[in-house]
Amino acid sequence: MTQQTIILPTPATPIAPPAPGRKFSPAKLLLTPSVAMLGLWMIVPLVMTLYFSVIRYNLLSPDQTGFVGLDNYRYLLEDPAFWPSIGHTLVLIVSVLLISVVGGTLMAVLFDQKFPGRGIARLFVIAPFFVMPTVGALIWKNMILHPVYGLWSHLFRLVGLEPIDWLADYPLWSIIVMVAWQWTPFAFLILLTSLQSLDQEQREAAQLDGAGPVRIFIHITLPHLKRAIAVVVMIESIFLLSIFAEIFTATAGGPGTETTNLPYLVYSIGLQQFDIGIASAGGVIAVILANIVSIFLVRMLAKNLRGEYDQ
Amino acid sequence: MASLTIRNLQKRYEEVEVMRDINLDIADGEFVVFVGPSGCGKSTLLRMIAGLEDISAGELRIGDQRMNEVPASKRGIAMVFQSYALYPHMTLYDNMAFGLKLAGKSKAEIDAAVMRAAKILHIDHLLDRKPKQLSGGQRQRVAIGRAITREPHVFLFDEPLSNLDAALRVKMRLEFAKLHDDLKTTMIYVTHDQVEAMTLADKIVVLSAGRIEQVGSPHTLYHHPANRFVAGFIGSPKMNFLAGTVQGFDGDFVQVQLDNGGIQSVAVERGALKAGERVTLGIRPEHLHVVHGSQIIPATVTAQESLGDHAYVYADCPAAPDGLILRVPEEEQYRPGTALQLGADPQRCHLFDASGQALARVKVLQAA
Ligand SMILES: Nc1ncnc2c1ncn2[C@@H]1O[C@H](COP(=O)(O)OP(=O)(O)OP(=O)(O)O)[C@@H](O)[C@H]1O
Ligand SMILES: [Mg+2]
Repeated sequence: MTQQTIILPTPATPIAPPAPGRKFSPAKLLLTPSVAMLGLWMIVPLVMTLYFSVIRYNLLSPDQTGFVGLDNYRYLLEDPAFWPSIGHTLVLIVSVLLISVVGGTLMAVLFDQKFPGRGIARLFVIAPFFVMPTVGALIWKNMILHPVYGLWSHLFRLVGLEPIDWLADYPLWSIIVMVAWQWTPFAFLILLTSLQSLDQEQREAAQLDGAGPVRIFIHITLPHLKRAIAVVVMIESIFLLSIFAEIFTATAGGPGTETTNLPYLVYSIGLQQFDIGIASAGGVIAVILANIVSIFLVRMLAKNLRGEYDQ
Repeated sequence: MASLTIRNLQKRYEEVEVMRDINLDIADGEFVVFVGPSGCGKSTLLRMIAGLEDISAGELRIGDQRMNEVPASKRGIAMVFQSYALYPHMTLYDNMAFGLKLAGKSKAEIDAAVMRAAKILHIDHLLDRKPKQLSGGQRQRVAIGRAITREPHVFLFDEPLSNLDAALRVKMRLEFAKLHDDLKTTMIYVTHDQVEAMTLADKIVVLSAGRIEQVGSPHTLYHHPANRFVAGFIGSPKMNFLAGTVQGFDGDFVQVQLDNGGIQSVAVERGALKAGERVTLGIRPEHLHVVHGSQIIPATVTAQESLGDHAYVYADCPAAPDGLILRVPEEEQYRPGTALQLGADPQRCHLFDASGQALARVKVLQAA
């Protein structure tokens, strides 16, 4: 017979609230691991990037090293691909935001109507968001935009037109369409939930006030969606700033550098030209750009929310 | 003119019939109140009149125009919703002006209409505010104001006071009465509140399970309920119901033998009533008294509730499955367990036949 000892959990002694002025409260102590973890994850890479960005560090000539000041930044700014890449990044963000917010809003309004099979239809609409970016890009590249096998070329030939090689002729637009395809469902999802929280009686009141569907949309629905739209813009901008997988998979930044955005430029300098120093400088600039965008967005959002609650 | 005529109205949701055989005439300028238990279809009926729900069958006329196919905005109706349904992002002014702006009225006209409504409702100093910055009572006024500016032929109110506290309800109730006096527009008002119904209405419509039980003035419904449902629904506390059989007839009176042996005579027309038939006796708490004599209902006190100027005594009686309630003067105290002998003025009693229909009360003496 085996004997089992049962270890009873010792009853937890209630912890007294920390006395004011005491330096190390247990709560702070317990926070330390997560704060340390966060520091490791954030501060260390940032500091290393900053460090790499001011030294000579090329994987092809690892023996040549040393402090070079801001030379890496100068090389980067003189790189003919740099300014276009900033432009591409911004065009990508703005276009995708426009398409996904406008498309998402319209789709949310559409799918808020009652019709048979609505649940399934909503699921289909949201589906692209769950497709991995690389997979999505491959599908678009090979099955939809491909000049020979693509759906579009098929349709074009069907009506007797010359198929277009989308990725070669309109590369940035192709990327924008792919990314918008992925992010419109996200906007749709957020806006649909917001739309469902719109008081039905408000709509009916407007109806009695003589507003048709279009005016109800403009005067009642849109103002109600304002905050949700601000949230969508904010979240999407942060993610769109670092779009990489679609470009890597579909165009590899090309043709030329026509679809190279900042993250892709950093990748190509660091891991194709093996110049970690300049790539790090690009990374620092990306961080600065992200901060500018997010400060701008946080301002906008804060102003937006204030309009609703204060006064 | 904005009289309302409803003929054989029916409402179905898919195959479920939620309203049927609704026939109702509302005269121009009348204040009509819909009452009924939750889920009986008050809101549905109101929304059909407003044009927010389709009418499945039957006809709705406003004035002499058929309205079934007319869109909500063209019916000349304004509705005040239970949730107020103010537009949260607009100021009060814009809330009230919205309908007029959509109608393409000139700035001056809109201004005049909004100011007039705001003055009537005493909210003219709040016009720059947003709905969030108002109290419940003020929001209620804005909702009414929004209705007034449109100068509708008919006002619809769906439980407009149910979100307010008791004191404010009383105040707003009086303002509704005043508003109706001022505007003299046809108003239809849905409520759960007995007092609101009794005080405001020219005409009360009692609904139950998608049907109209009775239509009449507050006085009629209180003194001459058409059936057991209306008798139990109108009046607070509820009417006492006692089961019994018809024992015999004595001139204008019907003698009812109650199941627990008591006897009560009732001044109703005997109609087709026969001795031995099962009936239900109805006596309101304010008409049930402690008595001594031969015609008495025995009961046992279970509790007493004092309300300041008067008190309610709750009593058990085998003939009354729901128990009995009687109203007594504040000074009288009854301990639980006390045996009581109760009785009522025959002219104050109601009698319902086995199917629940009321027998017409005889006016031997005008009991005023
Ligand atoms: N969309 C719908 N589909 C099916 N049945 C419905 C629908 N809307 C309402 N009903 C039914 O119609 C009946 C009447 O509803 P209604 O809202 O008119 O009740 P009400 O008298 O206003 O109740 P309350 O006093 O609680 O507001 C209810 O039994 C309800 O379940
Ligand atoms: Mg209702």
